[in-house]
Amino acid sequence: MSTPTSVPLQSEIPPARAIILTRRLSDRVFRGVVTAGGFVSLIVLGLIALFLASRSIDIFKTFGFGFITEFKWDSGDPDNGIPPVLGIGAMLIGTIVTAVVGLVIALPVSVGMALFLEYYMPIRLKKSLTMVIDLMAAIPSVIFGLWGFFVLMPHAIYWAKLLHKYFGWIPFLDVQAPIFERSPFIAGLILSIMIIPIVTSISREVFSQVPLDRIQAAYALGATRWTMIKAVVLPFGSSGIAGGAMLGLGRAMGETVAVYLVLNLYFQPNFQVLFSAGGSVASMIVTKFGEAGQLELQGLMAAGLVLFIVTLIINFLSNMIVKRTSRTGN
Amino acid sequence: MSDVMEFEGNKDNISTKAYLEEAVSQPEISSLASVASHHSAPGSQPLGTGLEARGVHAWFGKHHALADVNLDFPAGTVTALIGPSGCGKSTFLRTLNRMHEFIPGAAMAGEVLLDGKDIYEPGTDVTKIRLKVGMVFQKPNPFPSMTIAENVLSGLKLAQLKTTNKDDLLEECLHRAGLWNEVKDRLKAHGGSLSGGQQQRLCIARALAVKPEVLLMDEPCSALDPGSTLKIEETVRQLIESVIVVIVTHNMQQAARVSDYTGFFLSDGGPGQLIETAPTSEIFSRPKDPRTEAYVTGRFG
Ligand SMILES: Nc1ncnc2c1ncn2[C@@H]1O[C@H](COP(=O)(O)OP(=O)(O)OP(=O)(O)O)[C@@H](O)[C@H]1O
Ligand SMILES: [Mg+2]
Repeated sequence: MSTPTSVPLQSEIPPARAIILTRRLSDRVFRGVVTAGGFVSLIVLGLIALFLASRSIDIFKTFGFGFITEFKWDSGDPDNGIPPVLGIGAMLIGTIVTAVVGLVIALPVSVGMALFLEYYMPIRLKKSLTMVIDLMAAIPSVIFGLWGFFVLMPHAIYWAKLLHKYFGWIPFLDVQAPIFERSPFIAGLILSIMIIPIVTSISREVFSQVPLDRIQAAYALGATRWTMIKAVVLPFGSSGIAGGAMLGLGRAMGETVAVYLVLNLYFQPNFQVLFSAGGSVASMIVTKFGEAGQLELQGLMAAGLVLFIVTLIINFLSNMIVKRTSRTGN
Repeated sequence: MSDVMEFEGNKDNISTKAYLEEAVSQPEISSLASVASHHSAPGSQPLGTGLEARGVHAWFGKHHALADVNLDFPAGTVTALIGPSGCGKSTFLRTLNRMHEFIPGAAMAGEVLLDGKDIYEPGTDVTKIRLKVGMVFQKPNPFPSMTIAENVLSGLKLAQLKTTNKDDLLEECLHRAGLWNEVKDRLKAHGGSLSGGQQQRLCIARALAVKPEVLLMDEPCSALDPGSTLKIEETVRQLIESVIVVIVTHNMQQAARVSDYTGFFLSDGGPGQLIETAPTSEIFSRPKDPRTEAYVTGRFG
C-alpha cells in the first residue's frame, strides 16, 4: 500500500463492511435458552407490576399522592358519612426505619465475622465454619426471625433501656414515654439476625478474592494483620460490602415476619427507634389482608406496588454504588 | 562487563566463607507456624552487620524444596541469585524475611542471622524483621486504592511508624528509586496509573521508605522493557551505600551488571541447592563447578 499524500477522493473510500459472525449451533441454542430465561423473568416482573397497578389504579385516582404521604388508614363509614382515608406514609417511614436499624446492626457484625473467618480463623476451622455460614445464608430467614423473637427479644428490651439511658440525648434514641416493648429497635434487631448470614457470606466471598500479591506486599512492609486489612482488604472489598449491605437492606425491607411479629401497627411516623410504635408496608399488608373490605384490598395492592417500586429503586441504587466504588477502589 | 571489574577492587577484603560444606546432619524441621524452636549454635560469630543464611532448608509440606544453603550478604554489596526455574531461588529469598511461612504447610530449618541475630528465634517480632528486610516482587504490586504519594508512605502506616517529615521522606525515596522526575507533578495520581516500569520503581520507593537494611528483589525486571530495566539496575547500584541488595534474576547480563557476588542454585531432581557462590566476575569467567559453567554459558540442558 502506498502512503497517501492527499485526502483520497470520496469515490475511493469503500463503504464500511458488514461484519457477520456465524455462530455455531450449540452457541446459538445456549444463547437462545439464556435469552429466553432472561426475558421470562423480565416478563414475570412486568406482569406483577401490571397486575398490582391495574388493581390499585382506583386508589391512586381517589387519593392521589396523598396515598404515599398521608399518615392515616381508615376505611371510613359510609353510613355515617365518614369518608375513607388511606395513606401509607407512616408505614413507608417505618419500613425504612426498621430496615436501616437492622442494617446498622448487621453490617459491622457481618463484616467483622467475615474478616475473622477469612483472616484470623485457623485454616481447618475456617473451611467448616465458612460452610456453616454459607448454609445459614440459605436458610429461610423466618427461622432466625423466630429465634430472635423468642430468645433475643426479652434481652433486647434491657439493651434498649441501656441505650436510652446513655444515649437518650441523641434525638432518635429518645422516647416520648418509657415503653420499650415492640419497638422498631427490636424489630430491626431481629431483622439484623435475619440478614447477617447473607451479608456475612457475601462479604467473606469478597474478602477471599483480595489479590494475594497485595496482601503480601503489605506484610512485606511490616504490616500487622489489622493494618494490612485496613490498607488492602477493606479498600478492595468496599464495593462488595456496599453491594452486600444493599442486598441486606432490600431483604430487610421486604421482610414481613419480623416486623409482623414484633410491631403493633401504628399509623403515625415514629423516628424514635426505641419507642414502642411503628410498622412497615409489608407487615401492614399481612396484618390487614384477612379482614380487608373491597376498598382496603385495593389499598393493600397499591401499598404492594409502592413497596415493589421502592425495592427496585434500592436495587438500582445499590448497583450504582457498587459500580462507582469498584471503579475508584480497584 | 567492565563495570563489574570496577567493583572487584573493594571485594578483596571481604571475608569469604567456605560455602560448599558437607551436608549437615539431618536438620530438625521446625514448623514455622509455631515459630522454630531451635537454638543458635554455640559460639556462632556474627560477621558484624549483614545478613547471613546458615544451613537453610525449606519445605512445602513434605516437598523438600531447598537444602542446606549457606550464604552471606555483607554490608555494601549486591548479591545475585541465578539458576534454572524451580531450583528454589524465590523460596530461599522468602526465608530471608519470613514471608515463606505464609504458605500453608511451609517449614524451614537452619538460621538466618540479621546483624548476628537469628530472625527465627522465638519471641522475635516478625513485623520488625520484615521492616528491616524489605521485598520487591516480580510483578509490580502498588496499592491501587492509594495515590503515588500514599503508596510510597504506605509502609509507615502499615507498620505504624512515626515520621516527622513525610514530604522529605517521600521526595528522598522517589529520588532514590529514580522516579522523582517522572512523578513529581502527579503525586496525587493513583498508583495504578503508572507504566509497569514506573510501578516497579514505585514499589522500590515504597520498600525504601521504611528504611530497610536489606532489600530482597525477586526478578524485579522480568516484566519490564529494557529501558526500565536499566533504570532499576542503576537504582540498585545506588542503593548499596545504605542497603544490602539480594536480587534474583534469569538475566545473566543483569547479574553481571548489578551484582558483586553471584550464587548459583540448582536442583537435580531433589531439593534445590546452592552450587557455587563467588564474586560475580569469577562466576562468569572461571566458575569452579562445571554445572555453573554449563549454566552461565547457556549450555544447560
Ligand atoms: N506455594 C508452593 N507450594 C508448594 N510448592 C511450592 C510452592 N512454591 C514453590 N514450590 C516448589 O518449590 C520449588 C522451588 O520453587 P521456587 O519458586 O523457589 O523456584 P524458583 O527458583 O524461584 O523458580 P523460578 O525461577 O521459576 O521463579 C519448586 O519445586 C516448586 O514447585
Ligand atoms: Mg521464583
